[in-house]
Amino acid sequence: MRLARSILPMVAAATIAVGLAACGGDDAGESAGAGGDKSTLTIYSGRDEAFVGPLVDAFEKESPDTEIKVRYGDSAELAATIREEGDRSPADVFFSQDAGALGALQAEGLLAKLPDATLGKVDKAYRSTAGDWVGTSGRVRVLAYDHRKLTASDLPASVFDLTKPEWKGKVGWAPTNASFQSFVTAMRKTEGEDKTRSWLEGMQANATKSYEKNGVIRDAIASGEIEVGLINHYYVLEAIKEGEADGETYPVKLHFFPGGDIGSLVNVAGVGILKSAKHGDLAQRFADFLLATPQQKYFADETSEYPLADAVPQDPSLPALGDIQQPDVDLADLADLKGTLALLQDAGVL
Amino acid sequence: MATIAVRPRERMARRRRAGRPASSPLLVASAVVAAACALPVGYLAVVVAGEPRAAFEAVWEPETLALLARSLGLALAVGFGATALAAPLAWLTVRSDLPGRRTWTVLVTLPLVLPSYIAAYLLVSALGPRGELQGLLEPLGIERLPSIYGFVGAWLVLVVVTYPLVLLPMRAALARMDPALEDAARGMGARRLRLARTVIAPQLAPAAGAGALLAALYALSDFGAVSILRFDSFTRVIYQSYRASFDRTGAAALAALLVLVMAALLALEARARHRRAYFRSAPGTARRAAIVPLGRWRWPALAFCALVGGIAFLLPVGMLVYWTTRSVAGATDWSATLSAARGSLLIAALAALATTLAALPVAWLGARHPGRRTRLVEAASTSGYALPGIVVALALVFFGIRAAPALYQTLAMLVLAMVVLFLPLAAGSTRAALLQVPPRLEEAARGIGRSPLGAALSITLPLARGGVLAGAALVFLAAIKELPAVLLLSPIGFDTLPALIWRETTRSFFESGAAPSLVLLAVSALPLWLLVGRAR
Repeated sequence: MRLARSILPMVAAATIAVGLAACGGDDAGESAGAGGDKSTLTIYSGRDEAFVGPLVDAFEKESPDTEIKVRYGDSAELAATIREEGDRSPADVFFSQDAGALGALQAEGLLAKLPDATLGKVDKAYRSTAGDWVGTSGRVRVLAYDHRKLTASDLPASVFDLTKPEWKGKVGWAPTNASFQSFVTAMRKTEGEDKTRSWLEGMQANATKSYEKNGVIRDAIASGEIEVGLINHYYVLEAIKEGEADGETYPVKLHFFPGGDIGSLVNVAGVGILKSAKHGDLAQRFADFLLATPQQKYFADETSEYPLADAVPQDPSLPALGDIQQPDVDLADLADLKGTLALLQDAGVL
Repeated sequence: MATIAVRPRERMARRRRAGRPASSPLLVASAVVAAACALPVGYLAVVVAGEPRAAFEAVWEPETLALLARSLGLALAVGFGATALAAPLAWLTVRSDLPGRRTWTVLVTLPLVLPSYIAAYLLVSALGPRGELQGLLEPLGIERLPSIYGFVGAWLVLVVVTYPLVLLPMRAALARMDPALEDAARGMGARRLRLARTVIAPQLAPAAGAGALLAALYALSDFGAVSILRFDSFTRVIYQSYRASFDRTGAAALAALLVLVMAALLALEARARHRRAYFRSAPGTARRAAIVPLGRWRWPALAFCALVGGIAFLLPVGMLVYWTTRSVAGATDWSATLSAARGSLLIAALAALATTLAALPVAWLGARHPGRRTRLVEAASTSGYALPGIVVALALVFFGIRAAPALYQTLAMLVLAMVVLFLPLAAGSTRAALLQVPPRLEEAARGIGRSPLGAALSITLPLARGGVLAGAALVFLAAIKELPAVLLLSPIGFDTLPALIWRETTRSFFESGAAPSLVLLAVSALPLWLLVGRAR
């Protein structure tokens, strides 16, 4: 009886929890096999729910006989999951935050070839050379700067100039950030290990300040702590959109390195279809859907990313993608981050 | 001479325990649990065996040795730090006349509900080079504080979130301890300190050792603290292998090494856990132990409890509240938070129930039938706890989709993952409690015709219920914070608070995750209050 009395609260708590979940969460407990006559498309998404949710709703509206299920997670972890699942994966589509995770699945031979009609919508710099995945939107590495202190003519022509004495202690970067690491990988691939190492060491010697995230660098520029920072382009537009300041009064502006400089690498978020997809046609429709005009506009409006298909214009405050010369990088190579991490650690940056 | 109360019985107890072999249902049950918990190790073996060369190359580097030393160093430092903090708190809240003991008990146990990633983030924002403290000091011309990144920061956060793992079993052991031993020693003239060393400490050793082991293994497998505070432990490097270089084999090879580190820690704890008798020395019911008056020492004692509770719990909560109020009104999605809270409660309750049941045979074997076979079962059932969540989750993905496709990505699979991840939390606490129940009582029950199971259910378990429940609470609190397993294994659409916090913090700044973090703390504080607040 003493046992019963002491276990009771636990059992009661469990019952209450189960009851609560059961009565309120009809979306929760649904297990596989309860299909009905709707066909179900399963997406593994490395892009977040607030962003993908409206896309899913729009697609379901367009094809009323379809139900979409989305598993959200970190792009790389979802790629690792798909690899463990192998050809039994419940996923039909992988919607990735970056090209690296798609490249990893391509290397494992888990992605299906996309038809030329789909691939042809996007410039070949922004899709898999083997045709296994396609970029859906682009983000550019930029030098964000404080336009209260600097004018366009003060800004460096190359990211390599940031090791010069005039930039000492004025630059911010985010060495633990995935986009930054992709950029360093790209630098290794185009400029070589030695040049990358000496750039990293030069930056380190130049008292470059480390931050946790891109957004923190932007805020540090806005608050006057540093003058410039290496970030992705959309962080500044995001701050302008969220805040009351307009583009002119907001203290941070974007500088795109000219002439195919590696400092302005264009990386993409993209989509791939699994070879094992049980709903290949539907998956194909979803990929095309992401590249259609309304969705490309959504990317441009919602996240200020660069649309990649259908000649949809980017945010009016940004230069055209064609004017930013993409350095000669195969985005699938950006999956090779092991050497980058070793290099960052060697140079004392990480 | 005070040790005579313990020592002569030791030999008798050992003979008695060795005399009765474990029954085969018990062996089968614990073997099944151990095998399930060893699934991740099996997965690592499969991956490493798939590409042995690449695996070898991934770990055959001078850096690996440094990594090994760093991880082991952090684990040991956290284990000892947590014990050093927990021991005085346990004694003060159980055996002294500290004013407001019950409140203090709850307050100093509460850091258990703090997920390491939140604690680490708060530490950085409070004490980081450009944190809140720096902001306060800015007028004095201080632009940057010295870095807290690295070992010190990680150690601090991990001690704060793990010391309750030592505190809870120590409190339970102190409360169950037979005062007759102390009386005997005192009767023979032992002074207080000597009493503490020769009578109390040995009695507390199994609880402290089990708790310290859990704290150390937690430090080994935790990702939140080491990633935010940038300490290169095994877990951080393993995550980087998955996330940055998509290097599955390399990650598995490192994780396999991590299993070896765990084995070393287990061996260390087994050595510390002497084969002694921990149960009551005489027939009859145990009296409540006498409460020791603190006298003048009351004030430093109160200050100590206030300091620990303040820094480890009130300060973090204060910061979360501040952020919640500062973030734009209406920014918190309360309906999403509510449905996530429901999911968290459900999975944590199911995990606590399932894990507690699964831990019973393992704990029983450990308490009543020590030996080589038992050590193997215990090591196997601990391996999931020592491995990073991502490895355990991927292991269950790998086996789940092949062996039980019907259960794949259902709640059942997620609960299994939680059992694998958290079994030692329940087993350690249950075993410590069982050790303090004299086997003589079961034997007496068997003597009057009870079956072994009947005797266990009617005599032993009720006496050990405190430890069993404490174990269930520990599992509940660990499960409610779990992230990687939930993201990869839950049914699609199933939401929990850590998943919501993760989404909010990846999308924007930590502030928008503050409200769900507070809800997470509130929901987890509830069962804790039930368990700690009720007792004595």
